[in-house]
Order: sequence, then C-alpha cells, then structure tokens
Amino acid sequence: MVMRGMYKPAGLAALLLAATSLSAPAPAWAADTVKVGVLQSLTGTMAISEVTVKNAEILAIEEINAGGGVLGKKIEPVVEDGASDPAIFAQKATKLVQDGGVVTVFGGWTSASRKAMLPVFQKLKSLLWYSVQFEGNECSPNIMYSGAQPNQQILPALQWAVEKGYKSYFLIGSDYVFPRTANLILKKHIDADKLKVAGEEYVPLGGTDFSAVIAKVQAAKPDIIFSTLNGDSNVSFFKQMAAAGLPSAKLPVMSFSIGEQEAVAMGPSLVEGSYAAWNYFQSLDGAANKKFVAAYQAKFGAGAAVTDPMVHGYVDVYAWKAAVEKTGSFDPEKVRAAAVALDYLDTAMGKVKFAANQSLVQTGYIGQLDPTGQFKIIWQSKGTIDPDPYDPLVFPGKKCPAS
Amino acid sequence: MGEWPLIAGQVFNGFSVASLYVLAALGLALSFGLMRVINMAHGEMLMLGGYLAYLTLQVVPGPLGILAAMPVAFLGAAAVGAVLETTLIKRLSARPLDTLLATWGVSLILQQAARNIFGAIGVDVRAPQWLNHAYTVQSGLLEGLTIPATRLFILAVAFAVMGALSLLLARTRIGLLVRAVNQDRGMAAAAGINVRAVDLSVFCLGTGIAGLAGVVLALLGPVTPNVGQSYVVPAFLVVVLGGLGSLKGTAIASLIVGLFSALVQILVDVSLAQVLLLLFVIGFIQFRPQGVVAVRSRVLDA
Repeated sequence: MVMRGMYKPAGLAALLLAATSLSAPAPAWAADTVKVGVLQSLTGTMAISEVTVKNAEILAIEEINAGGGVLGKKIEPVVEDGASDPAIFAQKATKLVQDGGVVTVFGGWTSASRKAMLPVFQKLKSLLWYSVQFEGNECSPNIMYSGAQPNQQILPALQWAVEKGYKSYFLIGSDYVFPRTANLILKKHIDADKLKVAGEEYVPLGGTDFSAVIAKVQAAKPDIIFSTLNGDSNVSFFKQMAAAGLPSAKLPVMSFSIGEQEAVAMGPSLVEGSYAAWNYFQSLDGAANKKFVAAYQAKFGAGAAVTDPMVHGYVDVYAWKAAVEKTGSFDPEKVRAAAVALDYLDTAMGKVKFAANQSLVQTGYIGQLDPTGQFKIIWQSKGTIDPDPYDPLVFPGKKCPAS
Repeated sequence: MGEWPLIAGQVFNGFSVASLYVLAALGLALSFGLMRVINMAHGEMLMLGGYLAYLTLQVVPGPLGILAAMPVAFLGAAAVGAVLETTLIKRLSARPLDTLLATWGVSLILQQAARNIFGAIGVDVRAPQWLNHAYTVQSGLLEGLTIPATRLFILAVAFAVMGALSLLLARTRIGLLVRAVNQDRGMAAAAGINVRAVDLSVFCLGTGIAGLAGVVLALLGPVTPNVGQSYVVPAFLVVVLGGLGSLKGTAIASLIVGLFSALVQILVDVSLAQVLLLLFVIGFIQFRPQGVVAVRSRVLDA
C-alpha cells in the first residue's frame, strides 16, 4: 500500500502532464460563453466518490445552459482531473485559474486536497466551491464551504443519540485529520453533556484488521458506536462486527462517511439498520429533490445512487449562478459578496442559504439504512442550522476573518 | 468483564490474524524458496480469489457456495499463475530485479482489469449463515469471551493448507522432486529431473494457494480491485521475518506477527501497534538477518 501510494500518483501525474500539455486549448474567449472549472479526482482511489460529484456539477451546468445560461452567456465547463493527489489538485487549480481563464472552480473532496488548493485561490484571488462535509477549523474568504460543518452533521447526530437515551459512546475512525478533529469535538460535547466516552480507536486508512478494536468494543460495552471510518475499511469493519455477533441490530453504528453510493457498494444487507447523518438523503420528500433525482437518473442510469456531496456540488453551481445574476458580474470578489447576501434557495435538500462565513445554512438529517441501500429518515433538526467552523468548546475565541 | 477475557480474546485474535497472514504469504514463500522469484503480483492473486468467490457465489448461492468457491479459486488462480510463469517469469529467470519490475507491471494490469470488468467499487461476498455467528463463554474466568465462527473456520483452513502442503513436500514424489531441485538445481537437472516442470508446478501451487486465501479473506474484508495491496505488505513482512523461502519460518513468523500486534493492541491503538510491529521486525532482523528459520539447503523441508 505504502509503496503503491508513492508511485502511482507520481506516474499518473507524469502521464497527465504529458497529456494536458499536448492538448492545451488556445485561450478562446468567445463573447457568448463563460468558463468555469470542474476539478475532481477522475482517477485514483477517490475517483469512486468524486466522479459522481463531477457528474452532478456538469448536470447543473447543462440545465442552466438549456435555460439560457448566465447573464446571457453559456457556461463552458473545463474539467480537470485531481487524480486523488493534493499536489495535483493545487497544480490543476493554478492551471485552471491562471491559464484556463475560468471565473470560478467547483471541486475537491478530501480535506488534504482543499488545504492544497487554498493558497492557490488566495494568491490568484479566485473562488472555490467545496461541496463535502468536513472538520471545520478553517475559514478562507476564497472558498465557499457548502458541505456540512461539524455542528451541522456530527453534533446533530450526537443530539439525536442523546434524545434516544444513549449514554455510552465508542468512537472509531480512520487515522487522519477529519476523524481526529470530529472525535475531538464529539468528546468535548459528550463530556459537557455528562455522558461517557467508552473508547476511542483509530485504524490506518484502508486498514482491514478490526479484531482488536472489536475486542475493545466488547469489553467497553458501549450503547452506540460513532464511526468516522472512510473507504474500504468500512466493509472490513461491518463484516467483522457481524462475525463477532454484533450486527447493527444489536449494537447500533452511526456513520459519517456512508452514503447511498457506499451502501450499495458495500452490499446493503451488510450495513442494514445502521445510521448515518447527512444534510441530504436521496429519499427526502419535496418536489425539488424528485426533479433532481429524476434528471440525474435520466442522464446517468435509472439505478444511479444520489448522495449528499453530489447534491451540494449541484446546488453550488446554482448558487454561483444566482450570485452572478445578483451582482451582474463574474468577478470572484463581487460574486462572493453577492453569494453571502442571497436569500434562501429552494433546493433538493430543502431551503439553504450561504451565511456570512461562506458556509451553508442547512438542515441536519439522520437516516437508517433499509435493505435496498436507501435511508429511512428518522430525525431532522428543528429548522436550519447556522454553520459554525469553530466549535466553541474546542476552538474557543476563534472566529472567521470575514465575519 | 475483567481483563482475562480481553487478553484471551487477543491471543485468539493473534492466532486468527496469523492464519490470515500465513495463507496470504505461503505462495510468496514457495515461489521465492524454489525460484528466487519475488512475485509483486501476489496480492492480485488474492484479489483474483476474492472475485472468483464472488462469481462462484452467483452460480452456487446458498450455504455451500463458499466451499465450492475454494477449489474454483485455487484452480483459477493456479491457471493464471501458469500463464504468468510460462509467458513472463520463465523468460526472466536468474534476473530477480527484472522479475520484480515485470510482476509489478502485471499487478497494475490485473488491478485495472478488475476495475474495468467489475467496477471500481468492489463486489459483495458474505459469509454464509452457518458461519455468521459467534461462540460466547457464558461463565467462569473467561465470561464474555467471544469467538467468531468465521475466524475459527479460517484457522481450520490455514491448518489444513499447511498440513496438506507439508505432506505434499515430505511424502510424495512431486515433493521429492521439488526438494531435489531446491537442494541443487544443476545436479537435479543432470539426474534427469524436468526442472522447468517443477518450477511451473511450484509457482502454480503458490498462486493457487493465494487464490484460495483470497476466498477466506473475503469473509472478513472487502473485495475490491486494490484489496491485494492491503495484504501483500504484511505477507512480505512475514516472509522476510520467517527467513526468505522457508515455509516453517513463514508459519512461525505469521504467529509472531499476529500475536505481537494483537497483544500490543491491548494497550495501544492500531496505528501505533503497526509502528511498534515494524520496529520489532527491524530489531529482529538486525540481530538475526537470516530470519526465524535460516535457509540453507533444504529450504522447502517444511
């Protein structure tokens, strides 16, 4: 793993560089089009998740073009491959903004890719729309964070669990920045609620052996497990939990990285009955969601699963359009100012708007997986939740520079 | 539930992890012991076993599917091994570095092939109902100790494979030929042994065992195009620790690695346990570079 991880991105990078330098288009500045960047991993380990976000963003662009475009211009998407490698994300972001003439970029999934792109957008004074839930503790004026802040996904899940009467929590995560920060926040809040953290365990990304972790779970006897495991590790975890006689029916698991797509990939029967917290589920009611799911499945296949980050990517494009039309300009600085002054948008995930700190005001939902890989929505927050990048218990006194 | 069930459980988990590692590593040790070939595509033979299990379960659903999958995966992976040996490895004999590079290329090709055929997101292989339960100690000192049936099954498979392999090498004519070639290749050839055929069968046996291992690994882990990479690193680790090419050494090293990481994990988390494990192996190799079992002439005398 370690070896492969080192060589493959480098090799891919070389190939991609060769390919793009050959096909670099002449800067065509047609008067009736405006270019935007779409930068997701189309190859490598993250491609599974990011290709579908790219699909949703392209779908929004096509819909807008079919409806006449923005300010009378057709949107021309320039798609680039971040290749699951933060360094390539930074490189491609520079290429898009500096040489490609795009007015804004939609993209990124991992926090590592976002952190790598951040200085590029700050230096070039451009704007990135980031659509994935993340750990907070960051607030750049050059990024629009539509994915959930910790207080819109993790804390609502805790609130639900507390309401259900769970007293003892076991935290399991992959070993990188998001799970570590998420669990730091959870621990502070569990302590503040006078409840018990029964244990906290980390497994390296891609790890397959959960025997010791499960032994510790059995010894600690928690009421519920909060899991920030990511990727294939989830399959090993759920299989070994079932083998040890602890299916979700016996010991509930709340996951923060399993959506409709992951559930199908893992085999829905394996994860049936476990819980997830998101700001969108494919099974949500509402005309806007029905319309979005129908449009997506018409283009990408009848059974195609739709997930939270995809919808955020889709909404980002529409929010950008609304902001451009409000300010009457494509200038990133003006678009940013207009975006945070927009009124509520009626979207597939309900009413949302951007707050002054450039994160999305949105609703938190808890869903329980059924045997088909869809979620039954069992809880939702009372109204929308204002985004807070800096949890007051963990980062006291820290504030966004913009607000 | 006190400390004892946890410690006893971890000793069992140590054996369980050792059984996974030994199954994943035996094929590597075989081909290295006889042919000095480091097969970088070994992890993909494990992956192939997982996918063959998936396909078999489509044809033979129900409780006996997994038992049917094991011979299918063994033969399928052995066949792929035969193709690999005759088209590539035979032509690169006595060039270990070239073999390393070529088999690494094969590993990339096989991963991409799996991605193109089955998709990047993996397939679903589940333990049958008769394995999907656990035995729990109800009373006494070890009250609360849980032994999953799946892990017991994998332990049994590991013992069966090791037993069959040592019988094959110690008691059969094929085993005699293998040992002869291993002791002195030139002399064996001069005595009329078809050294090429022995090479081919040992390599196929190695990849076949990897295919079979892939089936049982799928009971506890994912089946994805890059799953082989998760197991091939620990497999190399136990082969090196065991003494390159020694089957007995591989088995003992698996047990050392399994028990060490399981017991250390009582006190630390998985990430730190891996660090400590690697430090332990580095230290061990410093003092005993030849590994647990020194490889002299009778390499495969398991």
